[in-house]
Amino acid sequence: MSTRLAKGGRLIDRTAAVEISFNGKRMKGYHGDTLASALLANDQMLVGRSFKYHRPRGIVASGPEEPNALVNLGSGARLEPNQRTTMTEVFDGLEASSQNHWPSLEFDVGVVNNYVSRFLPAGFYYKTFIHPRPFWKHVFEPIIRHSAGLGKAPTTGDADRYEQAYAFCDVLVVGAGVAGLLAARAAAQDGARVILLEQAPQLGGRSPVDETTVEGISVEDWLAKAEADLRAMDNVTIRTRTTGAGVYDHGYVLADERVADHTPGDGRPKHRLWRIRAGKIITATGAIERPLSFAGNDLPGVMLAGAVRDFVVNHAVSPGDRTVVVTNNDSAYQTALALKAAGLEVPVILDARDTADGALPEAARAAGIRVLTGRAIAKVKGGKRVTGVAVCAQAGEGAVLEEVSCDAVAMSGGWSPVVHLWSHCGGKLLWDETISAFVPDPARPPLNHDGSAMVSVVGAAAGLLDLPAILEAVASTGISARVETKGRRKEDVTKTVKTSVEIPPIWVMPQGAPITLRSKMWLDYQNDVKVSDVQLAAREGYQSVEHTKRYTTLGMATDQGKLSNINGLGVLADALGQEIPQVGTTTFRPPYTPVTLGALAGESRGEIFQPLRRTPMHESHEQSGAYFEPVGLWRRPYCFPRAGETHEQAVHREVLNTRSNLGLLDASTLGKIIVKGPDAGKFLDMMYTGVMSTLPVGRCRYGLMCNEQGFLSDDGVVARIDEDTWLCHTTSGGADRIHAWMEDWLQCEWWDWQVYTANVTEQYAQVAVVGPNARKLLQVLGGMDVSKEALPFMQWADGTLGGFPVRAYRISFSGELSYEIAVPASHGAAFWEACMEAGKALGAMPYGTECLHIMRAEKGFIMIGDETDGTVIPQDLGLDWAISKKKADFLGKRGQERSFLASPERWKLVGFETLDGSVIPDGSYIVAEGVNGNGQRNTQGRVTSTYYSPTLKRGIAMGLLHHGPQRMGEVVEFNTVSGGTVKARVRDAVFYDKDGEKQNV
Amino acid sequence: MLTLECPYCGVMADETELSPGYEAHLKRFGPGASPEEFEAYMFARKNPKGVHFERWRHSYGCGKWFLAARCTATLEVFGTYPAQVSEPPADIIAKIQARRPDWQPDWKATK
Repeated sequence: MSTRLAKGGRLIDRTAAVEISFNGKRMKGYHGDTLASALLANDQMLVGRSFKYHRPRGIVASGPEEPNALVNLGSGARLEPNQRTTMTEVFDGLEASSQNHWPSLEFDVGVVNNYVSRFLPAGFYYKTFIHPRPFWKHVFEPIIRHSAGLGKAPTTGDADRYEQAYAFCDVLVVGAGVAGLLAARAAAQDGARVILLEQAPQLGGRSPVDETTVEGISVEDWLAKAEADLRAMDNVTIRTRTTGAGVYDHGYVLADERVADHTPGDGRPKHRLWRIRAGKIITATGAIERPLSFAGNDLPGVMLAGAVRDFVVNHAVSPGDRTVVVTNNDSAYQTALALKAAGLEVPVILDARDTADGALPEAARAAGIRVLTGRAIAKVKGGKRVTGVAVCAQAGEGAVLEEVSCDAVAMSGGWSPVVHLWSHCGGKLLWDETISAFVPDPARPPLNHDGSAMVSVVGAAAGLLDLPAILEAVASTGISARVETKGRRKEDVTKTVKTSVEIPPIWVMPQGAPITLRSKMWLDYQNDVKVSDVQLAAREGYQSVEHTKRYTTLGMATDQGKLSNINGLGVLADALGQEIPQVGTTTFRPPYTPVTLGALAGESRGEIFQPLRRTPMHESHEQSGAYFEPVGLWRRPYCFPRAGETHEQAVHREVLNTRSNLGLLDASTLGKIIVKGPDAGKFLDMMYTGVMSTLPVGRCRYGLMCNEQGFLSDDGVVARIDEDTWLCHTTSGGADRIHAWMEDWLQCEWWDWQVYTANVTEQYAQVAVVGPNARKLLQVLGGMDVSKEALPFMQWADGTLGGFPVRAYRISFSGELSYEIAVPASHGAAFWEACMEAGKALGAMPYGTECLHIMRAEKGFIMIGDETDGTVIPQDLGLDWAISKKKADFLGKRGQERSFLASPERWKLVGFETLDGSVIPDGSYIVAEGVNGNGQRNTQGRVTSTYYSPTLKRGIAMGLLHHGPQRMGEVVEFNTVSGGTVKARVRDAVFYDKDGEKQNV
Repeated sequence: MLTLECPYCGVMADETELSPGYEAHLKRFGPGASPEEFEAYMFARKNPKGVHFERWRHSYGCGKWFLAARCTATLEVFGTYPAQVSEPPADIIAKIQARRPDWQPDWKATK
């Protein structure tokens, strides 16, 4: 029976009671409780079911390593699954429910898996994947999908907000136990800017529970002074409830601050993700206690000895009236003494070692506790909670010597230094035989950009498991001397200090346990991996620890093997007959503990998910009711639907109106790059496949850009502004990429050429004035001569229109009489309004990108991204006319000479019209005779653009076809998603106004 | 999240300010190049575990391309230098050899 003790509890405030609920049951806790301590105080030993066998599980640990006691926390928009009860601070009204059970925690149907466990062996997934194959699809997958996953996924949006913050420091100390406090103080006294992170709400680490004095004064006084010293220094920042989650390149650290987990809905962000750049990182992350592997070690009531001690001292909670302690080291004796001091029974301490004569065992004996050495637990008795243990000899095979009744078991298999942060960025480990654990190898640290050690480790995380060793390490070297700031580099000498703690390797208890016992010894509680599973994997040939991990799922649960990894390694090494250092360890990857997705997303949600680029006319479009589509980071009007119109109807109206009257397009997103300088012409001749250096001032020329492989990358109209200035238009999505591409060649290849580039895309607003009435509109606005004679096709002129300073380009992407008018961005909105106003009498309507697409397709104009996909060369698209034959070189020329690009067998661009007038489905392939090796129809081409043409009142399409231009008039078949085909006739890609009479007026 | 010092503006730039440009000191082969030369220029990239020369652009800073010598295994940066050179400058070579005595350039020096 676990319960609240009448007195004690250094963290709880008995005057501040809170009410919580667990599975709907109301319970009382105190301010300062964790959910785990509050549950134990209310005798809630059973808190969840295991993943695979649905075994009853209770609280094992008291910190972030807890594998079992995960709950659904909160409800509705504040529901969070898989929350560790040991890290959850209670608050009034906290709601939690247990996970992975059906229909109830007490009675669970899935527990039947427990009885068929021999059908769910290690590697179950892999084995069933292999054969029989139909079984996986029809039997295993539906069952596993139904039962997979621990917590409940929230079904609504998150009501909370999250934020991210950046911080910089000379020294980042992770962990505020004694070692971390000393390191932080020393660095701060050295003048370094220090940030100290602590995952708990209070500083001190394990010292208030495990120590009585530090440096000759009481631990409470010592901690109070250490904290006061730090808080008095301006160069120190302390963040509690903040977990150092990951260490990355060059001192970059992510830390997750649980700002308002314990005060939900108070308006503060729930979490704050710190993105810290530290000159030097000191990890003082302590050590995590290991379980022991004995049969039934997963029953509710079996807990880590350190956790039992924590609950008694910190929260005045006793896990049981009679607690058996089982250990392979001295630290668990502290638990026995703490229980005894709280007035509880410790019937026996079972010590697997042959002798136990240290100070703590002697103190336990002196306190009248029965100590048995060379003894082990053969088996824990009980169903949903511990009722007793069967004692055996550690050296034997489990013959029961006696039975001891108890309601809790406190186990300690030793302590594993928390080396995660050291290892995240490449710090190497050593196997320390004294404490049977991996410790950081100071000779092989992760490196900073300057080659210095990026991370140092102090305290228990360095393998110093006793306070005297920690203090000696500090005193003998001075932590400050080891803190490298501002380029100083000093010798790391902690390795000379040895801990007095010895922990012998005890991986299985008893050491000769038969299979009946080994198949009840849990290594990974959350994923239900047992000693027998790891041994089976070894027998089946899994020698690599990384393979064994994936085969058995050992250490793959949300706790990432914090309790199980070393024990699993020990079992694997024994099974393979190797030493642990030879077997090695799995890779430690960030984050150390789970970081909620909300914190990683931070403020990037909803409207500010990503920055939006708006043209100067954007607001006007919004007022016109435009339907927008994303184009890169831009939002462009797709169409301007009127009341009662579908988008399709709006698009068709826009096409017909533009072809018969006047259309206005916001073309401001078009990329505009100025290329200027004495060598600008030479440079553009390299950039474009055509010749730009000979373009006369005042004229425009269409150009293609290829990458070095020869594939078409971008296109646009180039205008010669003056003798040494060109303006290059790019696609809307390509402006930044092409500008960077130009700069790359200028800076890194032809750095002696005198050329200057500027991306002026956002400096100009641009309006396309398109349709038979286009010239009339400009004449109504007035100010410059836009006649056929003054401004012929493919020329530009500066002037004014309606009082606005403009540059008018006579270019067309629609086949109509068309001008593109550029104005300074600040005039964009006013100019658009002026055009709309003046255009009323001329039938002007705004049109969007879909209308633009249809009109260009009707004219057979290509679109980068539709006709091109990174594997298409200009020659495929019949654009040979835009490729200079005279130039010795341009980007892509050599690439296009490669045999497979120069081959006549390539798919080439042609137009298609369906025999029945329908629209060919997007993405269709042109089928050919026969099937390929996968039984799929062979193909001979594919559609690249396909639309309903309102002008022609039928489906039109462009596409690539094998030998396309030689097959005019032939009928080919396009496949459809539904399985049939659509017949279409091959034709010229220009569907509308083949001779260009409409634009040439 | 590397940090690299931009040799133009002197800023210790975060990787988020930079764009990668992959291997440095490639010699361009254009028309007239043999298939082997062109293949090597386009596709044959070094992928060393150790000393490597890379192109980076300070995209969200001064906009300049620069080159970096660093160790791909330990992430140690030996130095950064302007892009307008066809091989790493002597001081960068010296810095690398000070830290990696066994390392030798795999190109023939032009001077």
